[in-house]
Amino acid sequence: MISVLGEGVAALCAATALSARGLAVELVVPQGSPPPASRLAGGMLAPFCEGELAPDIVVERGQAAADWWQQQAGGVERRGTLVVAAPRDRGELERFARATRGHRWVEPEGLEAELAGRFARGLFFESEAHMDPCAALARLRSRLIENGVAIHDGAPSGQIVDCRGLAARDRLPDLRAVRGEMLEVLAPDVMLTRPVRLLHPRFPCYIVPRGAGRYMIGATMVESARPGGVTARAVMELLSAAYTVHPAFAEAEVILTGAGLRPAFPDNIPAIRREAGRLHLNGMYRHGFLMAPVLAEELAGMLTRELVDAH
Amino acid sequence: MFYGTSLSSRLMLGTAQYPSPAILRQAITASGAEVITVSLRREGRDGAAFRDILAGSGCRLLPNTAGCHSVREAVTTAEMARELFGTSWIKLEVIGHADTLQPDPFALVEAARILSADGFEVFPYTTEDLIVGEKLLEAGCRVLMPWGAPIGSGQGLRNIGGLRSMRAHFPDIPLVIDAGIGAPSQAMLAMEMGFDAVLLNTAVAKAADPVAMAAAFGQAVAAGQVAFNAGLMPSRDMAAASTPIFGLAELVP
Repeated sequence: MISVLGEGVAALCAATALSARGLAVELVVPQGSPPPASRLAGGMLAPFCEGELAPDIVVERGQAAADWWQQQAGGVERRGTLVVAAPRDRGELERFARATRGHRWVEPEGLEAELAGRFARGLFFESEAHMDPCAALARLRSRLIENGVAIHDGAPSGQIVDCRGLAARDRLPDLRAVRGEMLEVLAPDVMLTRPVRLLHPRFPCYIVPRGAGRYMIGATMVESARPGGVTARAVMELLSAAYTVHPAFAEAEVILTGAGLRPAFPDNIPAIRREAGRLHLNGMYRHGFLMAPVLAEELAGMLTRELVDAH
Repeated sequence: MFYGTSLSSRLMLGTAQYPSPAILRQAITASGAEVITVSLRREGRDGAAFRDILAGSGCRLLPNTAGCHSVREAVTTAEMARELFGTSWIKLEVIGHADTLQPDPFALVEAARILSADGFEVFPYTTEDLIVGEKLLEAGCRVLMPWGAPIGSGQGLRNIGGLRSMRAHFPDIPLVIDAGIGAPSQAMLAMEMGFDAVLLNTAVAKAADPVAMAAAFGQAVAAGQVAFNAGLMPSRDMAAASTPIFGLAELVP
């Protein structure tokens, strides 16, 4: 038996990959666990854009994510990512182009008609994708249940795979929180069909369409473990950035605000670790949906080999 | 001497906007900086994990009041910084304009007076204005930090004449060029002009390779300091050959 701890993206991906290899798996969610940070994710599968800051390993390995999600949960939209900047921040666009690959220069209105006249140039990352992260997590969860994986809050009964995110700080002392804040709005007047990233030296943002006029707007990055709701500053910054992308966001209805704590290792790279007989899949930082699948498969492969070797 | 502390490296490094804390730590090491700044306004008391990483660098910490727009905000943030970091050093920023991020000199002087009276050793982020500089000294500051250009703009030393006047006007006060530096050559120029140190962040943090850029800035600042101490030659209107022309051998084939 393998006991996966947690119920966020890392735990559900790990349990899915293990279960798919025919291993006996249970999902243990201790009572009183904080809600997973991944419920607030953008759901962008954007390895090349993340390459602005993330090292090559994330760009390379993250490319497998879109296929994995489509196969396991469906609902992946492959419409690419559009990156724009206000005219006075042209330099940011040049810098982003130099720091990333897998893009080409475009006239944004050719892709998103709504942006006509607002941005003369943009970068298009054609191979990227997006999805609704909460729907995808719910789908993984129900498929696990269909496949006979028990979900309970009792004591773990097998080899522990710890995917508790920040709660695993008790065993991973170098794990830290990077606070992120996001909004969801209902803006039926806005017709964007793919994730749009606005570059700005201080207030960057991304806007991810969720369908039926809903948009997720994210996300701040603050080196803080502060719990609690979004700050007024975050709301102002995110909304003013969204307003720069499309003025009709000013009339949007704010339907959700959320603040969560991303678990991160010092190098901000998600990783598998082995500590005191337990395996950890943690440090997802802002790459949970991109990196959890590939790390979960790697971890499942490791455990399968070990179990074979043990017999 | 910066409030009684002498520093061999005259590069001070900001710690925001790096790809990761691991890269930040490597950049600090590569730069040779002995002083690093750290912001507090937004992170608050719950930023302990990041603060521990900074403390682990072995550098002297210079907390700042970045993001503060009023005297009260700046004073409160400085008090929290002293409590959390155990240092009386504070880089005092009171921002006057959310877009240009230029300092509000009136609020700056007032906050500097309150903090100096309370035992803080204040590093005020100011303009190159001489009168504001004098008021800050009168308020108790023993270091001044004139801007090179607006924060994060990378424009370098935008008013070289004004900065030269400031250097000449305050010959015995440590002057640190803070903000606006985009390239190592600009940092070196500041040091060649006789400034005592250079503080920068974005130019390193947002470089494609922050660690390599940190090393480049460390070398540039060190070279500029050595050059100033060695005594730069004055520029001349005319050529002045370094080898005399008289007595050259006449090489007739």
